[in-house]
Amino acid sequence: MNDVIAEIKRDYIYELAKRSERADGRALDEYRPIQVEVGLIGKAEGSARVKVGNTQVLVGVKIQPGEPFPDTPDTGVIITNVELVPLASPSFEPGPPDENAIELARVVDRGVRESGAIDLSELTLPDGKVWLIFIDVHVLDHDGNLMDAAALGALAALVHATKPCERYGYGPDAPLPIKESPIAVTAVDLDGEIMLDPSLDEETIASSKLTVISGLQGALAGMQKSGTGTLSVEEIARIVKLASSKAMQIRDDLFGGSTDG
Amino acid sequence: MEFMKNGKRIDDRLPNELRPIKFEVGALERADGSCYVEHGGNKIMAAVYGPRAVHPRHLQQANRAIIRYRYNMASFSVEERRRPGPDRRSVEISKVSRQAIDPVIIKEFYPRSTIDIFVEILQADAGTRSAGINAASVALADAGVPMRGLISSCAVGKVDDTVVLDLVKEEDNYGQADMPVAMDVRTGEVTLLQMDGHLTLDEFEQALELSKIGCASIADMQREALIRKYRGKEDE
Repeated sequence: MNDVIAEIKRDYIYELAKRSERADGRALDEYRPIQVEVGLIGKAEGSARVKVGNTQVLVGVKIQPGEPFPDTPDTGVIITNVELVPLASPSFEPGPPDENAIELARVVDRGVRESGAIDLSELTLPDGKVWLIFIDVHVLDHDGNLMDAAALGALAALVHATKPCERYGYGPDAPLPIKESPIAVTAVDLDGEIMLDPSLDEETIASSKLTVISGLQGALAGMQKSGTGTLSVEEIARIVKLASSKAMQIRDDLFGGSTDG
Repeated sequence: MEFMKNGKRIDDRLPNELRPIKFEVGALERADGSCYVEHGGNKIMAAVYGPRAVHPRHLQQANRAIIRYRYNMASFSVEERRRPGPDRRSVEISKVSRQAIDPVIIKEFYPRSTIDIFVEILQADAGTRSAGINAASVALADAGVPMRGLISSCAVGKVDDTVVLDLVKEEDNYGQADMPVAMDVRTGEVTLLQMDGHLTLDEFEQALELSKIGCASIADMQREALIRKYRGKEDE
């Protein structure tokens, strides 16, 4: 995430931005092609591989019975983790999750949790245990905009996950109680031009980015600005509107407007 | 839980009213700059060291100072004792707080050095990251670190479908949305923005407007606190 970029490339991207153009020929609000494949990992209760252009993440969802948190005995548990493994980028290093990985994981987690994507109250078990849902995001190829890819992967993996009831003697297997469809849309602002789905180069030269997570009705479920740059109130308002409507479009394209696609 | 009664909140505030805030500039002896803030039930100490030499040295930058920010909660700062040391939440908060402050610091003046900001949450009552940023910003000024402006921060949110300023613990825990914002009030540049919960687009716009007002009031208090300490000392 601290990739360096040649000054000539930086200038080039800024020059293009002035004419509302992008280095890879996309429109400012256009995503790279999004591909979602589910169920690649048989051992996981849910899984999804998401490609956004060359960016690639693999999300595995493991579900198992366990103890609830003492202060919320009647709700299931979501635990989200992101691994920025060194095979995904020359700038990733082995070791425990750094602040970028933790931020990524927590924003993905917030999207799922705060939108109410999973009805956690339906995850209790008769013996006082609850279902623990582990969302593990494995970044395979970092070519920009990991946030949206990770959030999309988490949602897709959850939608297609099954609770392994049989294995633990709780009756027949069943899908998760999915109630919402949070989609993350990330934007950068280059010289007043708002670009969605920033490529690695765009992300690297932009001094800040804003991720907006919105649900089925367009309402906001989460937001995160990251980077050392600043955004004006007007820019933020513009990005939020744009992101909310883009999220609708992405959801329609991928899930046909519903969460049970 | 009922949050709004006769237009007032559970602690008797209006929706657009901040909690009582008190800044104390230079509260610590050894630090180069410091600030203690009480913000409602929050009690927070911020200290700034530097510009000083960077250790480990490979972190140093040839053309500018680096900024480090450590947000840390004391184990006794919350109801249930928390395990000392950084957890994932505090790593994230440290990152976004650093990035909230970073844009106003003129780092080019101090190549190969570091400016270390330490924020200790001694007692927590919602909005600790915002109050920490407010204190850190004042502590930086107290340390004489050259800045383009002061960063001011507050949280806005939603309870009982009402957009409110500066949430207390109960509103934060059981309310509908929480959105911390930090900005340089003079330029209107937003340096921190996070949100979780549920906001319609209209509510979001209201919330953003409200945060501007909140930050502006806090900026006044920060400036007054600094003036209180430094008035008459211009010639020293």
